[in-house]
Amino acid sequence: MPHIELPEPDAGVIRRLPILIEGLKSRVGPDLMILDEDGRRAYETDAFTAYRRIPMLVVLPRTTDEVSKILKFAHENDIKVVPRGAGTSLCGGSLPTEDAIVLCLSKMNRVIEVDYTNRIARVEAGITNLQITAEVAKNGFFYAPDPSSQLACSLGGNIAMNSGGAHCLKYGVTTHNVLGVKMVLIDGTIVEIGGPTLERNGYDLLSLVIGSEGQLGVVTEATVKLVPSPEAARPMMIGFRSPEAAGSCVAAIIAAGIIPVAIEYMDHAAIEVCEAFAGAGYPLDVEALLIVEVEGSEGEIGILLGRIAEIAARFDPKTVKISSDADQSARIWAGRKAAFGAIGRISDYLCMDGTIPLAQLPHALTRISQICAEHDLKVANIFHAGDGNLHPLVLYDANSPGEADRAEAAGEAILRLCVELGGCLTGEHGVGIEKRELMTTQFSPTDLIVQMRVKTVFDPTWRLNPAKVFPLEATGVMRAGNAASTSEAA
Amino acid sequence: MSELWRPAAEWELQTMVSKLAREKRGIEIVGHGALRNTGRVAKSDVVLTTAGLKGVTLYEPTELVMSARAGTPLYEIEAVLAARGQMLAFEPVDLGPATGAPGGALSIGGVFATNFSGSRRILAGSARDNLLGVRAVNGRGELFKSGGRVMKNVTGIDLARGLTGSWGTLAIMTEVTFKVTPLPQTMQTLAFVGLPDDLAIEAMNVALATPLEISGAVHLPRNCAARIRTPKIKGLDKPLTLLRLETFAAAIDERREKLKGALKVYGAPIELDSEETFSLWSEFRALSIMPFSAETSLWRISSLPTKAAEIVFAIQKFMDAVAFYDWAGGLIWLEVPAAADAGAADVRRAVAVRGGHATLIRAEPQVRSSVDVFEPLKPEIERLTRGIKSAFDPSGLLNRGRMYANF
Repeated sequence: MPHIELPEPDAGVIRRLPILIEGLKSRVGPDLMILDEDGRRAYETDAFTAYRRIPMLVVLPRTTDEVSKILKFAHENDIKVVPRGAGTSLCGGSLPTEDAIVLCLSKMNRVIEVDYTNRIARVEAGITNLQITAEVAKNGFFYAPDPSSQLACSLGGNIAMNSGGAHCLKYGVTTHNVLGVKMVLIDGTIVEIGGPTLERNGYDLLSLVIGSEGQLGVVTEATVKLVPSPEAARPMMIGFRSPEAAGSCVAAIIAAGIIPVAIEYMDHAAIEVCEAFAGAGYPLDVEALLIVEVEGSEGEIGILLGRIAEIAARFDPKTVKISSDADQSARIWAGRKAAFGAIGRISDYLCMDGTIPLAQLPHALTRISQICAEHDLKVANIFHAGDGNLHPLVLYDANSPGEADRAEAAGEAILRLCVELGGCLTGEHGVGIEKRELMTTQFSPTDLIVQMRVKTVFDPTWRLNPAKVFPLEATGVMRAGNAASTSEAA
Repeated sequence: MSELWRPAAEWELQTMVSKLAREKRGIEIVGHGALRNTGRVAKSDVVLTTAGLKGVTLYEPTELVMSARAGTPLYEIEAVLAARGQMLAFEPVDLGPATGAPGGALSIGGVFATNFSGSRRILAGSARDNLLGVRAVNGRGELFKSGGRVMKNVTGIDLARGLTGSWGTLAIMTEVTFKVTPLPQTMQTLAFVGLPDDLAIEAMNVALATPLEISGAVHLPRNCAARIRTPKIKGLDKPLTLLRLETFAAAIDERREKLKGALKVYGAPIELDSEETFSLWSEFRALSIMPFSAETSLWRISSLPTKAAEIVFAIQKFMDAVAFYDWAGGLIWLEVPAAADAGAADVRRAVAVRGGHATLIRAEPQVRSSVDVFEPLKPEIERLTRGIKSAFDPSGLLNRGRMYANF
């Protein structure tokens, strides 16, 4: 059985539930509330499906004012609130507790305003990532961060997790593409943080909010940057005999002053599965595959891919294949973006999300293979080579007793390794419940206390998205409602 | 004069701040003094300089990452980068010369503490966007770190970026880690002559809506253009609208022709080559077109591009103001006649009704003490701001009064 500890629900709150329901009905009306167990069960987990808790109540607000009323009600009645978008979190970021209200923003999915001259759009937080691009593509723009789940994941969730994507090497991650948010604090106060201009006034509170995993407030609207779509983009595939050769090739491309828009790395196991799934034309006789994409005019693309091919030639590649047309380009990316799904078809897996400095890649892959072998498990590796984000997929069989535990143990060892090599625990999935207890491997107690004090400023009674991000033991006193302890602890 | 404390290492800085925190003595933080004539004047018992914390501690050109101790001069960092064909992506602005402080004295800590990015931010993001990690000591004397050395990182709350733009009022950065980028192989500038402000801003935003990766978009009205020293475009006695292109050599001519095509209704531009482009945009980095003078004050206004010209016209109804538009109108440097309030009432009103905010950069110290240097905060944001200040520095010892009069 999975071993991440979840705090005992507050029986007192659950006992008060009938009164709470009546109270909330009088504030926001019954049509926004899901009360029946089957309805609530749909919210019991996110994409970290090993953990499930049915929330005592689900509310689906349509406006910021309704969010404010719900939070104010929760605050006055001392109830925990778990904000949620599309529920695609891979780390349990929107896992409910039985004594919490799930505040799901899926109905708040409108584009409020698009301003092409200033290249910004104001949208509601429940909109999906891809829907923003769909809205503005006709005018030659797109919203840049492109997490693999972009079809389903919500912008609010992207803001919570500071999501990135394959193209962040050039375009940055969420924190580089969101200019401002409208956010509701736990007491119902509506605040505007940042705004439509490039620069913010005063302290950079927006930086604290983006990536804070719903710990500080509930974002209901955001102003995002729109980026002009490139004239064209084309990937090439380069297959190598060893991870060392692939890693050195990436370093050499960057040393030559070329910054591709994406450099994706797949190991042999990942190539096989993705090829079987997508028929992308990946070479099956290589140990490591790089997908390198560049953008620009057709002429520029030709020159850049030619130069990259010349650089790659120094590392004895087995295959060098430039995508010949749009259809092939689409299949190359479809295979990569479907990687998790493709692997999911053949096995259960845990997707890890550490980061490492590029130079450590060969060593990291060797160690990861050893770790998984020690736990008698197989692994496939996907690596955003341009930005250091490593996704080892630890394969296991959930029906085989003990395998899930071994997979968690192997995953933990892999993340410890990432930190040891100079990286971090999570590049884009977030901490959630999954990596909460590992935070102490990356941060000193003081580092964590300094972060926790920020949480206390925004959410003094620690009622928002409880028992996540910070080690459970460290937050016990605050979660019990004694916020003063973070400000004094040292 | 306050006492000057000069730690030579991070541990020593932490020890000093811990001691000062116990004694509840106020600390003004400086690097090499480039920013001493900017912002409000801090109230302090002790001046603590990071000048002794020097040196690049990590540089991986193939991973586009560098770490340096906070007191390292910016020019040293840029020299190390240039030797490997790289640079800082966001073209930091040195406020020293424009404020009567020494030039070339800006430290890398000061770059991130102020988050003042240059023209290139429209392509590459701000200083804050390029910061990856920090080590810092807060007002309690606690040493902490946040972020790291890899580009993607969502491990905990992003305190590193949260410290940018806080002017040393939350913590003293001891070491910063940031992204670097290759130097462009070649650059060109197109200079459109004679456009009024509103048309110029329109033209610049048309350019930025193309995928040509414009790396600078500046407009200088006639009186400001007169200060340009770059030979090919000086002395024209007309407004100048400047668009910078940069890419690899084989691609630049194609991009230039495309840009000219997209902007042909705005006239035929003068073309500047790589070297001329370098010299021209260096003038903006050093703010030499807004030179120091006791007769004038200088504002820095963040605006929506479509509102920038309106803001300037509105202010010009009340005073002679010289504007320098950067970021295609997203940023206005505005020189106004020196006055007891540096024109604050009119400037703030003009900005408030059109969106944005204004920061007073240059004025006599007594002026910077009597008017709000930073845009006043809305009440609910002020509450959070005070909360954050007190979380990092509960006794209010670090750069007290440097940003706001009361904390």
